[in-house]
Amino acid sequence: MLYREVGQFKASYTADQAIFPIRQDRWFIFAALAAAYLVIPAVGSEYWLLTIMIPFLVYALAALGLNLLTGYAGQVSLGTGGFMAVGAFATYKLTTAFPGLNIVPALIIAGTITALVGMLFGFPSLRIKGFYLAVATLASQFFLIWMFNKFPWFYNYSASGVISAPPRAVFGQVYVTGAEADPRAKYLFVLTVVVLLALAAKGLVRGHIGRSWMAIRDMDIAAEIIGIRPLRTKLLAFALSSFYCGIAGAMWAFIYTSAVEASAFEIDRSFQILFMIIIGGLGSILGSFLGAAFIVLLPIFLDNAPRLVGLDVPVNLVTNLQSMIFGALIIFFLIVEPNGLARLWAIGKEKLRLWPFPH
Amino acid sequence: MDFIAAVFLTPFANMWSNPEFVLEVVIGGLLSGVMYSLVALGFVLIYKASGVFNFAQGTMVLFAALTFVGLIEHGLPIWGAFVLAAAVMVLLAVGIERLMLRPLVNQEQIILFMGTIGLAFFLDGFGQLLWGSDVHPLDIGIPKAPLIIGGVLVNEFDLVAAAVAGSLVAALTLFFQRTAVGRALRAVADDHQAAQSVGIPLRSIWVIVWSVAGVVGLVAGIMWGSNLGVQFSISLVALKALPVLILGGFTSVPGAIVGGLLVGVGEKVAEVFWGPAFGGAIEDWFAYALALVFLLFRPQGLFGERIIERV
Repeated sequence: MLYREVGQFKASYTADQAIFPIRQDRWFIFAALAAAYLVIPAVGSEYWLLTIMIPFLVYALAALGLNLLTGYAGQVSLGTGGFMAVGAFATYKLTTAFPGLNIVPALIIAGTITALVGMLFGFPSLRIKGFYLAVATLASQFFLIWMFNKFPWFYNYSASGVISAPPRAVFGQVYVTGAEADPRAKYLFVLTVVVLLALAAKGLVRGHIGRSWMAIRDMDIAAEIIGIRPLRTKLLAFALSSFYCGIAGAMWAFIYTSAVEASAFEIDRSFQILFMIIIGGLGSILGSFLGAAFIVLLPIFLDNAPRLVGLDVPVNLVTNLQSMIFGALIIFFLIVEPNGLARLWAIGKEKLRLWPFPH
Repeated sequence: MDFIAAVFLTPFANMWSNPEFVLEVVIGGLLSGVMYSLVALGFVLIYKASGVFNFAQGTMVLFAALTFVGLIEHGLPIWGAFVLAAAVMVLLAVGIERLMLRPLVNQEQIILFMGTIGLAFFLDGFGQLLWGSDVHPLDIGIPKAPLIIGGVLVNEFDLVAAAVAGSLVAALTLFFQRTAVGRALRAVADDHQAAQSVGIPLRSIWVIVWSVAGVVGLVAGIMWGSNLGVQFSISLVALKALPVLILGGFTSVPGAIVGGLLVGVGEKVAEVFWGPAFGGAIEDWFAYALALVFLLFRPQGLFGERIIERV
């Protein structure tokens, strides 16, 4: 009864093309945004903000980027970690070479650099498809990490190979990176970036770009015949996806951990982000967030679960059990709903629409 | 200019001046390639018969090796441990078919791929829960002395590994070509539906092929384990098997062997002769770059089936 669009008439084309055409959806989004902007910073402790919310948002952004490429354009990539590293190191070089540069343009330029690198590694996608492409993108992953480890210029010749974020502010005085930055400022900054980019992505996949991606994904020869240029479309997907991943990597390095080395963006990271979009739902913006929540929050929950129920289990046992439960849950979710958490959400919405009637 | 010389001139000059060393590097590469082939073989078997890209193959190798070592440490003789570990892998295959493949039948490839990733996590935890996460040394009596054959230095262990891999491939080829089960496996690989319609039970075929992959993984695990000790890093060898698969093609057993040898040789030669030009440690990514360049010319791999696309 609550979730039904009966009586909501669209009187203009603008209303017809709204991102959230149903009023209840709009309310839900506004409520979620209000909670994210007002409630969480007010009640969340430093631990919550720094170790749960910020990594969740950063992961969600990276997953969103990969979802544009894999979920919408159908190009499986295992190079996400490498692209995140490009974003992180590009931001580092930019902020240290130009100390006067604001963090926001630095992020945008770093994203653009990552987009160019992504396009470069996207060229093989024109000839290679499916799993072959996935393995081919591994080349970018291993090559980029090797490069950032090998050439000291990237980390300004520091002895440890670690890049640490210099303090940078937005609006003049509000520091969002560096040691003395307030966790709430960090959180709000990351949140704003992620919300803006997510909205942009939502718009992107509804327009002709997203549609041409989906056409390429569903059958590239057919797409070519109806006039979609595969090279341009695929490269654009690689570029935009890498842009998102680059910014996610930069925020990982600058805001989440404040100091990283290239090994933080190893192959494990790429796989982790791939899991997120498969669990969350391929080809769904919401799915990227749900998947990121699942992969980030579940291990934290499993870590703390024995303590919550008052059991004292040795750490070793917990790690092994955690990995078993995690694996079993992945298989379980795939069996229950192979199309990801986003599909479960959609089914729930459909049920809610009909409620209290069965059909 | 220096860099160009280091890439295009110096390596060849070095090779020319010391051909025996080149031979040694190539042979070393071939023998380490054999080990990659062993792991890649498991991938190919499963991909051929069920179209599943089994990400858990590396973990299966680790799990099998851990079980083998654990049984030996409990006082079993080597052959007893081998038989028992093989039995465990067969049981595992039955479990996988029952609990994972059957409910996921008819799903897209990427979903099954994701399922095997879940399996990898599970086995990872399970293996270490059962047998502990320490490095287990493994010595099954393979000699490791260096030998000099015709002026070229080789390791005896590598020769044994090559012999084992060779006989394994021979046995698998016999199994595939000469037995009824093998014929059924090939039929399933060609066309699931056609195979089912002539009465080949798909489910038991899956159990068989996962068991065979498990046993191949056990052999690979024993070989890797007696080289490096049985430890977590063995499961990462699977990543190295991926470029091997690409070179050889996902569906070809001989391809896995040839691909493994190519990757092994390419990696060693590149590291020794071209490594200095790039500042070393290019072994990490060279195999992938090789696979990438290779794919641009032959997208289906060396022995892969031709990709025919229709709208």
